[in-house]
Amino acid sequence: MRWTWIDRFTAFESRKSATAVKNLSLAEDHFADHFPGFPVMPAPLILEGLAQTGGILVGEANKFEKNVVLAKMSAKFHRDAMAGEQLTYTTTMVDLNDTGARISGQVHSNAELMAEADIMFAHVTAEQLPPGVPDPKFVFSGELSQILKMAEAVAKS
Amino acid sequence: MPSEQEIFEKVRTTLVDALNVDEDEVTLASRLRGDLNAESIDFLDIVFRLEKQFGVKIPREELFPEAIFSGDPSFVTDGKVNAAGLKELQEKLPFANLAEFAKDPRIEKVEDLFTVEFIVSYLKRKTGG
Repeated sequence: MRWTWIDRFTAFESRKSATAVKNLSLAEDHFADHFPGFPVMPAPLILEGLAQTGGILVGEANKFEKNVVLAKMSAKFHRDAMAGEQLTYTTTMVDLNDTGARISGQVHSNAELMAEADIMFAHVTAEQLPPGVPDPKFVFSGELSQILKMAEAVAKS
Repeated sequence: MPSEQEIFEKVRTTLVDALNVDEDEVTLASRLRGDLNAESIDFLDIVFRLEKQFGVKIPREELFPEAIFSGDPSFVTDGKVNAAGLKELQEKLPFANLAEFAKDPRIEKVEDLFTVEFIVSYLKRKTGG
């Protein structure tokens, strides 16, 4: 199953802010069940996209050397997101240190604020992982590495 | 230099925001884990918020030293913090109320040292009080 909940980065400033967009297509599976006849994007998936945007901002601050895991979040929703909309995820770095980071994030559709969240990430070192995790750098690998290249391209442009 | 009451009020605001607790639940004696249900990630959140509130830098391990919980065998005997461990605690956490803890130094009781008063004492020292 693919777990990429952003389509493209549109702005990226290292250690400061990152913006990404997500186009909502009726062809996405979640719309079929959420809800039949009333397709709105499940709120956790909106937050996942926002957290991926912010998580990559946090990861890039240490050149993706450290695992970044979502640790805590508080969110407020203002309205539902419908198929056909384009969501803009804007994230700003509020705090960053060795142990983790906090970002503030907003979700807009056009100029309308749809949701906002405060997200905390923790840096997890290889020693802190439970035994049996095959890849000690398990966060910024696989599917995510494609998005990282995209973020890198936007940051340079 | 802020008064102890001012420090307490700011710490209380921080904890209300970070832990989603009511203001009246936060007293000087409240234990962060035992009473306010703080989890490990909340400690990081609290540090970030305190740094902002007080305009100070709180180095990792200074306020909430993780090593203390890890049960280093030279500091812990039969599940209790031994004399060397108490000395270590005294050095790492000079603002903690160790007199009370020393009466029942079971390792699982270490977390009870982290009270609201403990944070207030730390910040008092940090802000020059």
